[in-house]
Amino acid sequence: MSILVNKSTKVIVQGITGRSGRFHTEQCAAYGTQIVAGAVPGRGGTDVNGIPVFDTVAEGVAATGANTSLIFVPARFNAADSVMEAAAAGVSLIVCISEHIPVLDMVKAKAYLQTGDFDNPFIIPNGPPRLIGPNCPGIITPGECKIGVMPEFAYTPGNVGIVSRSGTLTYEAAYQLKRLGIGQSTCVGIGGDPVIGTNFVDVLRLFEADDDTHAVVLIGEIGGTAEERAAAFVKDKMTKPVVGFIAGQTAPPGKRMGHAGAIISGGQGTAADKIQALKDAGITVADSLATIGETVAEILL
Amino acid sequence: MNIHEYQAKQILESHGVNTLRGEVAETPEAAKTVAEALNFTRYVVKAQIHAGGRGKGGGIKLANSPAEVKQHAETLIGMQLVTPQTGPDGKRVRKVLIAEAVEIEKEYYLAILLDRETSQLTLIGSEEGGVNIEEVAAETPEKIIKAQIDPAFGLTDFQARQFAYQLITDTTYRPIIPNAAALILSLYNAFTGCDCSLVEINPLAIVKRDAALDIVALDSKVNLDDNSLWRHPDIAEMRDPYEEDPSELEASESGLSYIRLDGDIGCMVNGAGLAMATMDIIKQNGGEPANFLDVGGGASVEAVAHAFRLILADENVKAVLVNIFGGIMKCDTIANGIVEAGKQVELNVPLVVRLEGTNVELGKQIIAESDLNVQQAEGLSEAAQLAVTAANSG
Repeated sequence: MSILVNKSTKVIVQGITGRSGRFHTEQCAAYGTQIVAGAVPGRGGTDVNGIPVFDTVAEGVAATGANTSLIFVPARFNAADSVMEAAAAGVSLIVCISEHIPVLDMVKAKAYLQTGDFDNPFIIPNGPPRLIGPNCPGIITPGECKIGVMPEFAYTPGNVGIVSRSGTLTYEAAYQLKRLGIGQSTCVGIGGDPVIGTNFVDVLRLFEADDDTHAVVLIGEIGGTAEERAAAFVKDKMTKPVVGFIAGQTAPPGKRMGHAGAIISGGQGTAADKIQALKDAGITVADSLATIGETVAEILL
Repeated sequence: MNIHEYQAKQILESHGVNTLRGEVAETPEAAKTVAEALNFTRYVVKAQIHAGGRGKGGGIKLANSPAEVKQHAETLIGMQLVTPQTGPDGKRVRKVLIAEAVEIEKEYYLAILLDRETSQLTLIGSEEGGVNIEEVAAETPEKIIKAQIDPAFGLTDFQARQFAYQLITDTTYRPIIPNAAALILSLYNAFTGCDCSLVEINPLAIVKRDAALDIVALDSKVNLDDNSLWRHPDIAEMRDPYEEDPSELEASESGLSYIRLDGDIGCMVNGAGLAMATMDIIKQNGGEPANFLDVGGGASVEAVAHAFRLILADENVKAVLVNIFGGIMKCDTIANGIVEAGKQVELNVPLVVRLEGTNVELGKQIIAESDLNVQQAEGLSEAAQLAVTAANSG
């Protein structure tokens, strides 16, 4: 068991013919992910390493039964539009790796997804499609399915779920766990942008309902109030132990630390506030990057 | 991206927002000429820097004649203006905005920004204008009004009108409501038309001119979405290089994400989250990070060399910590990058390297066999400790 993706997930890759799309598609396929199609306008009828490419996502879905889209379309080729195209084509999960998407484009794309009014055979029972990202490393169920750009050696199958706003921090945390002999059920990178499809609470809810997830690691960073909301959810709704970590304790206010979302504005979104909120919710907070793995090991004892 | 008040004024004006008439000037002479052409009875001369609280720092002056405008411009242009937002060194004033001084009846606050909870744009207003809105929100939240904007329909006429009625409750000002509603719509058009991330009018004022009421944006702030600048070349040109740290600007031009800080341990890390967490662990070990630097996923030789140059250009740096989690990019590739960069850049401070991930052993070997004077750390804690010790003994 796992959340969101597993062995039977069938993936169509939007932007499969680009440099990064092609490379990561190969990596995902080698990991065992069922990559069944690619979609690139004007490239219909060709193939990438035997994977058939279609002009539109709708054609690809119709021909292959893909239920998940993985997006590498660069922001300047309107990646937010690709998200809407995937939704309209009827996939139930959209993983958008693309970075630097204009915020207003994502506002529109997210609103489009939430209308949930798509003519397709897959998603109607489950409501609108779920978007992961954008500007994220993707999602991996170790040993079964990798839909994204994370280095697979860092992961191993097991029972700890990881949800994070940051890519490399997730790899770091997963690898610390692996070396302590602790595997992961599913790891989800939700992305570092101000507008994202799936937030901490959405993923925590899924982990809470997943029998094979026994504990959860939540990796947050400065900016916004997503961690505070996650803390409130953990306090009210979660029975499973949660370990938290917040990056950016030394970040100065008003400066954007790489991610568009990582900015302390008007005294809001500081690491200290977030750590306090997590602790108040009964979450065990790892005080250092170096001790995330150990902290999880201790609560699993 | 931040821009100056006079540029924000240009953007808002071009979308129909009623702003004060005024012009920018770069010299006292030009300021006088501008004032003569404007021909007002009273003027306000405003220092143009990227920081709020200019009035408190003495950056805003009133004048009764073009000659007095010139005097104030002489004081302001070239001064280091210190405000609550600039830090102790202040910011150098290079331009002044000369505008009409008006008789203010009542001040309001009006802004549009992204509500991250709902992923929708939100109108925010308050009758408490001209003051720090964060304080209003903290102390008297009931004085803040909000309206969500559905992206499918945009801001509707009725919403703008309704908001104007909620904002301006004093019935004396009823005749101004249609103008206020129009201004709110124009502000929304400016936001969406230019891909802003924040537009703020503070204060928005009801003013009296020749006994007639008018509603005007007295001061405004516009922040732009960096991810959208490519489709607004005219706005991208508004960037003022004087307002940015030159090393941060240089970094962004070469695809690195760099923020200069006050400490003495330079950091080079891949990934924004890991970079922040590395800064934190340095602090936890008693050190102070000199910068935030994300070399990105690629970490090519060029990127690493450039990153070293940026870090070492900071005279405060007494040690450098490289923390790389090699994923798709393998550790041996990164190690070669560090060694190659070491040949291009003179490394005159201790270097601590922590590599983890794919081909880590090979990567460590490459560094160990190089001529570089490098301390290799096994774990994150050790890396931070070594860097702090090196900086303290340097």
